[in-house]
Amino acid sequence: MLAKEIERAGIPTVFVTSLPTIARMIGANRIVRGPAITHPFGLEAAERRRIVERALEMLETHVEPTTVWEAAP
Amino acid sequence: MVRAVHYLNQFFAGLGGEEAAETPPTRLEGPVGPGRGLAAELEGIEITATLACGDDYFAEHEEAALARLLDLLQAEGAELLVCGPAFGSGRYGYACARLAATAPIAALTAMHEENPGVGAAGAALVVPTAVNVAGMRDALPRMARLAEAVAAGRELGHPEDEGYLPRGFRRNRHAEETGAERAVDLLLSKLAGETRTEVAAGFDRVPPPEPVPDLSEAVLALVTEAGCVPQGNPDRLPTIRAPGWLRYPLPDEAGLESGRYESVHGGFDVTLANEDPNRLMPLDVARTLEREGRIGGIHDAFYTTTGNGTPVAASTRFGQEIAAELRDAGVQAVLLSGT
Repeated sequence: MLAKEIERAGIPTVFVTSLPTIARMIGANRIVRGPAITHPFGLEAAERRRIVERALEMLETHVEPTTVWEAAP
Repeated sequence: MVRAVHYLNQFFAGLGGEEAAETPPTRLEGPVGPGRGLAAELEGIEITATLACGDDYFAEHEEAALARLLDLLQAEGAELLVCGPAFGSGRYGYACARLAATAPIAALTAMHEENPGVGAAGAALVVPTAVNVAGMRDALPRMARLAEAVAAGRELGHPEDEGYLPRGFRRNRHAEETGAERAVDLLLSKLAGETRTEVAAGFDRVPPPEPVPDLSEAVLALVTEAGCVPQGNPDRLPTIRAPGWLRYPLPDEAGLESGRYESVHGGFDVTLANEDPNRLMPLDVARTLEREGRIGGIHDAFYTTTGNGTPVAASTRFGQEIAAELRDAGVQAVLLSGT
């Protein structure tokens, strides 16, 4: 709901979560799938960087509603 | 006999086609047009009058049209209002839905499930119909059955069983079987190709805003629902059902240092997160990308709550409040982390 309300205010928001199904159900638009509930940005800095870069890329992209990207392309 | 009023547009009321679409609200005696078919189906309910209004008139003078129709309805002393069916007609469906939603008496309408009127019907009942008038014969008996149930004051069951569109209401009930048994039943029916749920989602949709034109010029804010707080949780953010959100200044350091930050989220094992809080909110990488010029800047505070058992209404409010702050601060993009 946070993602949706911030996007409703016009600020592009990317939601990194390991539960994209729920994120889609509530209507988040920009979703990146993280690797695990306990560490959605991964364990190591290198993996974290890949996920954040993917998320930033999504902020710069026109998306259809409730789009999910995998963290590692 | 329960007294009912039927609402139709100019076309179905026999007043004319598009050339009569500017007709203001008017009262006709007894059932008219499809109302005759409906009347033949109804048991214990009498259509005493038909109210009609041109589709364009309603769309262009909604307030005046509604006020006049409600006056006419009140003068009739009816206990039940039935509108349509409007099938796929958008203007007609909208008028039916608005009138049904606003009427101070029990009201139902009927239209195709994708008619934009469905979203305007509020708590009024909407019977799904075919997309065009070919579905009239099928729609009238179903409207009549639901009208009879409403007129009798019977508590309605599940939308699917009663023949109306889900309104997003949830009702508690006692089930005979345990949750485990019902879950297995649902799984088996899903494996057999039928997807059912006990908890249907009825969330609205927000169109995705335009992308950030240039992140190297933009301020990015970090927001998390993973319960990240300064070590020791000074403001006592609850582990579940948080009543609000918190804002903390972002430290100057390169990342969220273990021992200075922790997660108090009660919905998962926070061991790995507390070994390195950047695993939940990646300040370290964000700082690196800021230094490299990939991001223009990082907002000087982060926003946090515990996304665990939070009611939808509460999290909607958190989102609105955080969004207002971010907008005022000139933030152009948000990286939200959740679990």
